[in-house]
Amino acid sequence: MGLYFLCIILFCVGLYGVLRKRNIVKIIIGLVIMNYSISLFFVLLGYKFHGRAPIESQNQTIANMVDPLPQALVLTSIVISLAVMALLIAIAIRIYERYGTFDITKIKRLRG
Amino acid sequence: MAGINIIPLFVVIPLGAAFLISLFGKFIRRFADIAAVVTSLSLLVCSFRVMMFLQNTPGKLLIYKIGGWQPPFGICLVIDGLSMFILFIISLIGFFVTVYSLAYMEKYTDKSKFFTLFSLMICGMNGAAITGDLFNLFVFLEIASIASYALVAFGTGHEELEASFKYAIMGSVASCFIFMAIAFLYGFTSTLNMADMARTLSYKQGNSFVPFVGVLFLMGFGLKSALIPFHAWLPDAHSSAPAPVSAMLSGVLIKALGVYSLIRIFFNILGATQGFLSALMFLSVVSIIIGGILSLSQWNLKRLMAYSSIGQIGYILLGIGLGTPLGIFGALFHLLNHSVMKSLLFLTAGSIDYAGGGKDLRDMSGISKSMPFTAKVNLIASMAVSGIPPFSGFFSKLIIIVACIQKGYLGYGVCAVVGSILTLSAFMKVQKFAFFGERKDGAKNIKEAPWLMRFSMAFLALFCVIGGLMLLPSIRFFISDAVQVVVKGTSYSSIILEAISK
Amino acid sequence: MINNSKSGMSLIVRTVTGLVVCFIMLFGIYIILHGHLSPGGGFAGGVMVALSFVLLVLVFGKDANATRISKNLASNLDSIGALMFLGIALLGFAQGAFFRNILGKGSHFDLFSAGTIPLSNIAIGLKVAVGLFAIFLALVILEKFKEGQ
Repeated sequence: MGLYFLCIILFCVGLYGVLRKRNIVKIIIGLVIMNYSISLFFVLLGYKFHGRAPIESQNQTIANMVDPLPQALVLTSIVISLAVMALLIAIAIRIYERYGTFDITKIKRLRG
Repeated sequence: MAGINIIPLFVVIPLGAAFLISLFGKFIRRFADIAAVVTSLSLLVCSFRVMMFLQNTPGKLLIYKIGGWQPPFGICLVIDGLSMFILFIISLIGFFVTVYSLAYMEKYTDKSKFFTLFSLMICGMNGAAITGDLFNLFVFLEIASIASYALVAFGTGHEELEASFKYAIMGSVASCFIFMAIAFLYGFTSTLNMADMARTLSYKQGNSFVPFVGVLFLMGFGLKSALIPFHAWLPDAHSSAPAPVSAMLSGVLIKALGVYSLIRIFFNILGATQGFLSALMFLSVVSIIIGGILSLSQWNLKRLMAYSSIGQIGYILLGIGLGTPLGIFGALFHLLNHSVMKSLLFLTAGSIDYAGGGKDLRDMSGISKSMPFTAKVNLIASMAVSGIPPFSGFFSKLIIIVACIQKGYLGYGVCAVVGSILTLSAFMKVQKFAFFGERKDGAKNIKEAPWLMRFSMAFLALFCVIGGLMLLPSIRFFISDAVQVVVKGTSYSSIILEAISK
Repeated sequence: MINNSKSGMSLIVRTVTGLVVCFIMLFGIYIILHGHLSPGGGFAGGVMVALSFVLLVLVFGKDANATRISKNLASNLDSIGALMFLGIALLGFAQGAFFRNILGKGSHFDLFSAGTIPLSNIAIGLKVAVGLFAIFLALVILEKFKEGQ
C-alpha cells in the first residue's frame, strides 16, 4: 500500500512542476514525471510478492507469475508519452526561436 | 466488402492513407489531395453502409472480434447507436472540411504533412468511437490528441506555437488523469473490456471507489471537452489554428474525445449517479453563461466563436446531465447541429481570412459587399447557432429547455435561455462589424472564396437550414437509437456480453 | 570514417564507438527477432537500433554523416514500417478477421514460429528505429537552423 502512495506523491511532484514552474523545459520535465509515476503505479498493480516474470521457459514450469497485462499497457503508454515529449520539445525549441526565452510569463501574446 | 468486415476499415483506411500520403506525397504532385478526398469520401460511404447494416441487425448492435479472439481476453470493436451517431458526424464533417482545406491549405507550404496529420486525427477519433476496450479508447484518444497538438502548431508562428504548447500541456495532463483512472479501474476489476468492467463493478459496489474514479474521469474528459473550469486551452487553440483545423477541433474533436467518452464511461460503465449528474449540470450551466459573456467581449472573430463553442458544449452536457430520455435526445441532437454550425462558422471565418479580411472585427467592415456568399452562409450559421426558429439549432435548444422544465430545473432552463440570448448578441456583433457597414478602402480587393471552399460551406449551410427535419419520425431513428444506448445505462454490459457469447 | 571529421568527440571515444556500435545494433536486431520468445520485441529492439545511430551522430558530429541516413530517408522508412504492420494486419482478412494470425504457428520455442508475430515485430522494429532516429535528426536540424540565423 505504501508503494502506491509513493507513486501518488511522485504524481503530485510532477503536477507541481507543471503548475508552478515558469520555465518551459521544467514544465515538460514535470509532465514526464507525471507519466512515469502512473506507469510505475500501473506496473506495481500487477506485481505479486516474490513473483516471476511472465515468460515461458523450456524446462521449468513457473508457478507464481506477475500479471503481464499492465506491462504491455505501460509499454504502450511509454510510447505515447515519448511521442508527446518529442512534440513538446520540438515546440519548445521553436518557441525559443520565436520569442528568445523559455519563461512562460514572457510568452503571452494570446489573452482574453 | 460486405457485412461486419467493414468495421475495422474505419481505422484502417485513415491510418493507411496517413502513411501513404507521408510516403508518396513528396514525390507525386496532387497525391495528397486526391488521397485525402478519396479517404474521407470512402469513410462517409462506409458509415452509410454500416448505418444501413445496423438498421437491419436485430438488437442494433455489431461486435467485431479482432483476430477472432473472444472479447474479455481479446479486443472487440462495438458499434451501437451512439457509436454510429458519432462516427457519422466525424465522417460528414471530415469530408467537407477535407474538401475545404484543398483550397485553403494552398497558402501553407507543406500540404502533404497537413493531410497526414489530419488523417491520423480522423483515425484516432474513429477508433475512439468504435472501440469496446477501455485502454484502446485511451490509445485512440492519444492518437487524435497528438495529431491535433501538431495541427494547431501547423503555421509555426508566434501565436500558433504558444497555443499549441498550452493545449499540449493541458491535454497531456488530462490524459494523465484518464490513464490513472484506467489504472485504478483495472486494479479494481482486473479487466479492460468495457462491458466486462461494467458487470464486475455492478456486483462489487458499496464503497467510495467509483466516485473517486469518476472525479478523475471528470477532470480528464472535462479538460478534453473544455468545460468551464478547464477551458483555458480552447480559445487559444481554436483561434490560432488554421481554419479547417479549428473547424475539426470545435466541430468534432471535443465531442468525439470529450463528450462521447464521457457519456460512454459514465453512463455505460460506472453508472451515472445523481451526484455526478448534478455536478455535470452545474458545470454546464456555468459554461453556458460564462462562455456567452466571454464570447460577447471578444474582438477576434475566431476567438469569439471559440468562446461560443464553450457555451454550446455546456448546452450538450446540460441535456446529458438531465438524464431523462428527452434531455439526452436534445443533447445529442444539439451535438449534431453544433458540429455542423460551428464547423461552418469557422470555415467562414477562414474564408474571410483567406481573402485577406484579417481576423480582427474592428479591421473588417462591409465584407458582405465583396463576399456575398460567405456573408449569407455566415448569417445562416449565426442564426442557427443562436436558435432562431426555422433553423436546426432552435429545435435542439428548445428540446433541452423543455426537458429542463419537465424535470423541474426551472433555473437551469432560464439560464439556457439567457445563454441563447448572449449567443445571439455575440453573433449580431459579428454581423454588424464584419459584414455590414461601410466598405473600407483597404478591403476593395477582397474577392470571394474559391469554389471548393464554397462547395463545402454550401452543403453545411443546407444542413443548417433543413436540420430541423431530423425530428421527423422516419429519420429520427438515427438519434433515438443513440438515446436508447445512453438510457439503458449499465445494462449495456449484459447486452454486449450476451451478444459476444453468441 | 573515424578520422575524417573535425567535429565530434575525442579520438578515444571515436575508436571505441567504432568498435562497439555494431554490437549494439546487432543486439537490437537480436531483441527484435526474438521478440516472440523472450522479453523485448519490436519496440525495445527498435530503440536500441535507433540509439546506435544516435550514438554515431553524437560521437562523430552531425556533419560527418556517419550513419548515411538522411531525414527524408528516415521518414520514408518510417512510413514503410507502419504500412508493413498495417499490411500484416490486413492479411488476416484472408482468413476472415482483422489481425488473424494466418501463418503456421510452428513448434514452441523455435525462432521461426508464432505465425505473423515475428513479422509484426520486424515491422514495429523498423518503424521505431527509424522513427526515433528521425525525431532525433529533426531536433538536431532545428538546432542547426538556429545557429544559421
